[in-house]
Amino acid sequence: MAYSDKVLDHYQNPRNVGTLDKNAADVGTGVVGAPECGDVMKLQIKVAKDGTILDAKFKTYGCGSAIASSSLATEWLKGSTVDKAEQIKNTQIVQELALPPVKIHCSVLAEDAIKAAIEDWRKKQAAHTDAAAQKA
Amino acid sequence: MKTPVYLDYSATTPCDPRVVERMLPYFTETFGNAASRSHPFGWTAEAAVEHAREQVAELIHAHPKEVLWTSGSTEANNLAIKGTAEMYREKGKHLITAITEHKAVLDPMKHLESQGFEITWLPVDRQGRVDLGQLAAAMTEKTLLVSLMAANNEIGTVHPLKDIGALCKQKGVLFHTDATQAPGRMDLDVEAQHIDLMSLSAHKFYGPKGVGALYVRRKNPRVRLAAQMDGGGHERGMRSGTLNVTGIVGMGAAAEFARTEMAQEIERLRRLRDRLEARLLRGIPDAVINGDREHRLPHLANVSFPYVEGESLIMGIKEVAVSSGSACTSASLEPSYVLKGLGLGDELAHSSIRFSMGRFTTEAEVDFAADRVIHEVTRLREMSPLWEMVQEGIDLSQVKWTAH
Repeated sequence: MAYSDKVLDHYQNPRNVGTLDKNAADVGTGVVGAPECGDVMKLQIKVAKDGTILDAKFKTYGCGSAIASSSLATEWLKGSTVDKAEQIKNTQIVQELALPPVKIHCSVLAEDAIKAAIEDWRKKQAAHTDAAAQKA
Repeated sequence: MKTPVYLDYSATTPCDPRVVERMLPYFTETFGNAASRSHPFGWTAEAAVEHAREQVAELIHAHPKEVLWTSGSTEANNLAIKGTAEMYREKGKHLITAITEHKAVLDPMKHLESQGFEITWLPVDRQGRVDLGQLAAAMTEKTLLVSLMAANNEIGTVHPLKDIGALCKQKGVLFHTDATQAPGRMDLDVEAQHIDLMSLSAHKFYGPKGVGALYVRRKNPRVRLAAQMDGGGHERGMRSGTLNVTGIVGMGAAAEFARTEMAQEIERLRRLRDRLEARLLRGIPDAVINGDREHRLPHLANVSFPYVEGESLIMGIKEVAVSSGSACTSASLEPSYVLKGLGLGDELAHSSIRFSMGRFTTEAEVDFAADRVIHEVTRLREMSPLWEMVQEGIDLSQVKWTAH
């Protein structure tokens, strides 16, 4: 299968591989996919109080397109805001990486990972706010 | 050393230059139609075809008259399976095969199933072997054919042909074996192994592509086939079509080299394969060798690298030509049915690579390939959330995944 130059670039020089502290209050973690399906993505964001995404990290088990999709996602997330990040659509990833039809599921997974990470962060925020409210 | 290094000899082999040399005159000088009886052009072509028939027969201990030319193993398998089914359907409409056979056996069987035949699909054990007791139990008076491959193309597991053949003979059932991967790599003897039909393909043993053969037993019992290709009545009426003289000459020469050089070649291949496996196992924690460690082709290693996905690994080792056990490159996203048939978990099946060495493989190439694979698996594991979880002591089988 021929990969686009952008997929090859992300595969060979993945951006933002790594791990953030999943227990930290300002970190949201999303893990999507399953080993038996051939891809698992872990995507993490570190968010400032004003909703700015300060950092994003990923780890992916999957084909080159899955790795590239998550690597690209972290690039887009860093410096963005949670509200903007929620608007990212898999079709944008497909377009940017020129993914063929059989690899569209990789972009879907990346979108799911972004949403899961944001949801996790929001839950933590809510819990935090609740705890603060109770204290007060 | 030239890159990419070719370690995909089970997919196809290059033509041996000695084979090409013998073929060349048949393109331009001795170009006659082997069926032309009226002039020397035809006679020399026919003589060359008959000589090649002897060479192939000798490889498998058959009589030359029992060798029938085809376009390759796929055609040979189709002819053996559909040809016997059609010919012996009065006896019964039951055939037996195994789930790890090549598609060129499975699909003709499925075709017959759709035509009202009954097919038994035998399972295999973790090593890829069928259970002979189960095979015996599956045979009935209605069974007309058992088709089990000599050696598996993905994992290299070798079937006990002699035992299977004896069982078939005892029960009066025809035995077909797809021996595509076998020539030059293991003993083939249609008499000792009680084989009634055998499929061969030249390009798997340093001959040209597009030519193969079907061995059809002539005595004890005489096997008859319904032709699947009608026409000029070539090949005793069983396979019409002008013979591919050049290709046949090449297959004959390839068979001769496979037979005469097999002993040394097996030793050399096994050393290379063992060297590769040892290096991979040493360099990569948790790597797993798939298939039967003992009953296995000497040139092939199927290895799973857990926590790394096969397609991404192949992409990373582009200086090494190998094939993936996972068919992720197709639209199906299904891991190999052979590996799944062994009972391998999907994630091991997704992480597997087939390395197959051959006549022109060097030690330096094997070392280079091992180094590249170790480097890339290590890199991809650093990127793998599964590897990270395992390092944290998490049992992956207990994780609730979101299947998609």
